Amino acid sequence: MSRFEVIRTGASASASQPTTQKKVSHRGEAANPSADALQQKFGGSIKRVEVIWGETVVYVEPSAVHDVVRWLKDDPSQRYDFLSDVTAVEYRDPEVPIEVVWHLRSLPFRRFLRVKSQLAKGNPLEIDSVYDIYHSADWLERECYDMFGIRFRGHPDLRRILMWESYREGFPLRKDFPLRGRFSRSEQLRQALAQNPEARYSMEELSIADAFAELPQEMRDRLSKGERTGE
Amino acid sequence: MGLSAPAEHRTVSYAPESQEGWVATRLDFLVNWARANSLWPMPFGTACCAIEFMATAASDFDLARFGMERMSYSPRQADVLICAGRVPFKLAPIIRRIWQQMPQPKWCISMGACASTGGMFDNYAVVQGIDTIIPVDVYVPGCPPRPEGLLYGIRMLQEKVKNERAADKGTRDEMEPDPTSQLYIPPSVIDELGEPFGNSVNQTRSGL
Repeated sequence: MSRFEVIRTGASASASQPTTQKKVSHRGEAANPSADALQQKFGGSIKRVEVIWGETVVYVEPSAVHDVVRWLKDDPSQRYDFLSDVTAVEYRDPEVPIEVVWHLRSLPFRRFLRVKSQLAKGNPLEIDSVYDIYHSADWLERECYDMFGIRFRGHPDLRRILMWESYREGFPLRKDFPLRGRFSRSEQLRQALAQNPEARYSMEELSIADAFAELPQEMRDRLSKGERTGE
Repeated sequence: MGLSAPAEHRTVSYAPESQEGWVATRLDFLVNWARANSLWPMPFGTACCAIEFMATAASDFDLARFGMERMSYSPRQADVLICAGRVPFKLAPIIRRIWQQMPQPKWCISMGACASTGGMFDNYAVVQGIDTIIPVDVYVPGCPPRPEGLLYGIRMLQEKVKNERAADKGTRDEMEPDPTSQLYIPPSVIDELGEPFGNSVNQTRSGL
């Protein structure tokens, strides 16, 4: 079985070209077959399945997410080989938990599956990283941590990615975060100007880029001592 | 001063067949004329204003007519910093350092609403006007400004350069920021400039 082979099943098996489905209704479209397979395989860890606008959403227990994603990627009948996004949703109602969302796409089966996991507020926002399954989760999880403060257990380098390392105001996409930030404008500017623009790279990034030897001696000294901005 | 000079110095002979020419003028005027018409811009394009800036530099609007066809991508060979687009706080130390690397004399054009005031981005991430980080000579309004707008701003800057005096040291001194806060203008002024207005008055912050 070739890695990039397209497997046609169901209605699309006879069609020569895949077509975009029109007139998709809000509820009641047929679920992605992977949802049934997940319920048979994982049972109680799958809390519920919804189909919204023709897209299947599977709610998974936080403790089972890693196993579920691993199985979806490795099982020959699923083959979700592309992780398009890792993000989170927080609702305005404080009783509603924060949802972490994974968008998975199976290129061979032409399927799209949205996996969600609910983290109650009040508890520490921690969930297993899927970095060991999809390396593309690296920056996606860092962004999710930067914006929502969700810690991904097992991520190799979980630090801020959009805001700077020494950012002290919190997690901007949380609902309790004021739009204009927590500090006054002059304090924000003072903290921003205090960053060191040259010390933004970790030792790992530089060794991966093979750029370490070309750096100025003074910067190499600092980095070899393990210095990173904001730490 | 020529009245006390010897008689032979008061008359000037000019032979057209020698093919020589000469001009008498004020040094200020000559230097400013040369500077104003050979400004090398340092483009600092962060957003959509940079697209309009590129259009300004392209052949339809032809920035080269004003002696600016040579974009200087190194701050050390630049005369005028054109900040085109919003500047997030993460870029604040970068643009400050670029400005400090530019040699005197130097000028700055703040292009567009976001660079000048923060524009519609009255939020946690965007600097409310680059004049809180670096001194600005010309503000070009618009979202984004049309190339004609930027050209008008550049003409205004050229007027400013042409009216400078060599004896005026104020235009040559490097402004040093406050060593503790690294700010040019007092924090209270920055807070006042960044006060919410319009539809963002309901936003709260915990204060510090």
